[in-house]
Amino acid sequence: MVNVGEILLNLWNNSGFAAISAGFLDGGWQNLVMLAISCVLLYLAIVKKFEPLLLTGIAFGCLLTNLPGAGLYHQELWDQFMAHEIGYGTVLLEGGLLDIFYIGVKTSLYPCLIFMGVGAMTDFGPLLSNPKSLLLGAAAQLGVFVAFFAARASGFFTALEAAAIGIIGGADGPTAIFLTSQLAPHLLGAIAVAAYSYMALIPLIQPPIMNWMTTPEQRKIKMVQTRTVSKTEKIIFPIVVTLFVALLLPDTAPLIGCLMLGNLFKETGVTDRLSDTVQNALMNIVTILLSTAVGATMVGSNFLTAQTLLIVILGVIAFGLSTVGGLLGGLVMWKLTGGKVNPLIGSAGVSAVPMAARVSNTVGQKNNPSNFLLMHAMGPNVAGVIGSAIAAGFLLSIFGG
Amino acid sequence: MENISVLDAGILALLGYAVVFFGIILLMVVVMVMGKIFVSIENKKKADLPTPAPVAAAAAPAAAPTAPGSAGELKLHDVEPKTAAMLMAIVADKMGKPLNELRFISIKEVK
Repeated sequence: MVNVGEILLNLWNNSGFAAISAGFLDGGWQNLVMLAISCVLLYLAIVKKFEPLLLTGIAFGCLLTNLPGAGLYHQELWDQFMAHEIGYGTVLLEGGLLDIFYIGVKTSLYPCLIFMGVGAMTDFGPLLSNPKSLLLGAAAQLGVFVAFFAARASGFFTALEAAAIGIIGGADGPTAIFLTSQLAPHLLGAIAVAAYSYMALIPLIQPPIMNWMTTPEQRKIKMVQTRTVSKTEKIIFPIVVTLFVALLLPDTAPLIGCLMLGNLFKETGVTDRLSDTVQNALMNIVTILLSTAVGATMVGSNFLTAQTLLIVILGVIAFGLSTVGGLLGGLVMWKLTGGKVNPLIGSAGVSAVPMAARVSNTVGQKNNPSNFLLMHAMGPNVAGVIGSAIAAGFLLSIFGG
Repeated sequence: MENISVLDAGILALLGYAVVFFGIILLMVVVMVMGKIFVSIENKKKADLPTPAPVAAAAAPAAAPTAPGSAGELKLHDVEPKTAAMLMAIVADKMGKPLNELRFISIKEVK
């Protein structure tokens, strides 16, 4: 005779509810808090539209990983992996679904494929027509290095963790994930959430800084149209960038290589099918895997720490200072060109394509409705992608070995 | 390198920022040289084009077609009236000004 009571009792004992209630004081409360956080993130993604394509996956990954007993993600396996006690084979054999997703993050596969998609969607024409705008992409990396220094000086983070936190200032999600997964994988969830949240908040973070650092007269400056760039130039550019940047900093080769390969697919005119796949199908598939895997790293015991709070604070400092750096660069160019450059385009150097360029355009139009800065801001904007990849490559070459 | 001092962190931060500038300046120089080469090739191509016959040059330039319905001032160059109307509406909307307060002189497709 089947013992219904015993079956029901077993079902209860195997349930997540029993796991939470039995181990409430021993980490169970953390699971509940993380489930609540995942719901808040889902709200921000769905209702407030904060980077919904990524934050929805991150939030749901966080929800899945904090379900007790589900066994989708095993932090202990990755701790062993980091200690070189096990390899990917063991993770594949013993890991859950999200562990398998996470292999793509750990191997840097997803960030690089996302960069390929970004490259296929990027028009480097504005940058080629005005190469000086590249300098703004470099100036806007100020926040990366100040935040790195501040994180290390705080004494709460090792140099590797500080480098991973600093890259939030690059305002580039794939680069932040790429570097963090190499240097401080235990901080991946907090850094990814901070980076993507601040990128979504760029229209709120940047305008007050832009208005504070520039005068109304400077914001009204109309920039003249730059020269037309030939198709051949656009085809040669990704090859030249790959050669120069990867030879200068070989650690940037995966990111820059994929970014430029994607761009080459777009510009050749003979690989339209590949360009279309990279921009749409591949990008969407990788976004699903990347976001869910990053969310899976938000395990309560790792995430609910004072460090996470500090990362959030340092992240906004990094973002703000990168904007300041870009604007300072813009002001220098304004001075050197005798007022021909609108300094507002400097803030677009923080990467975050194309949101930051749109913000430059919007702030410019608020002061002069007939001012269209978008194309001029796109130059520094895409230069910021290259700049943040170089910054990541530098930090990886110093701390990655 | 995991536990570097604060001073070392400061030095590395400055060095890192300098390296980013160095890399970008190097790239900028290459892009500028590349641009100069392409512009000179383009100019050479233009110069090599056969000059039009003197008769054609002497002929008075034909007036561009005037857009029907527009106060007689607007010149359209390779632009459909429907597209021109749409562009004017977008510009007026973006500028936040009524269309009848704006004066469009010509609309030309930039190729």
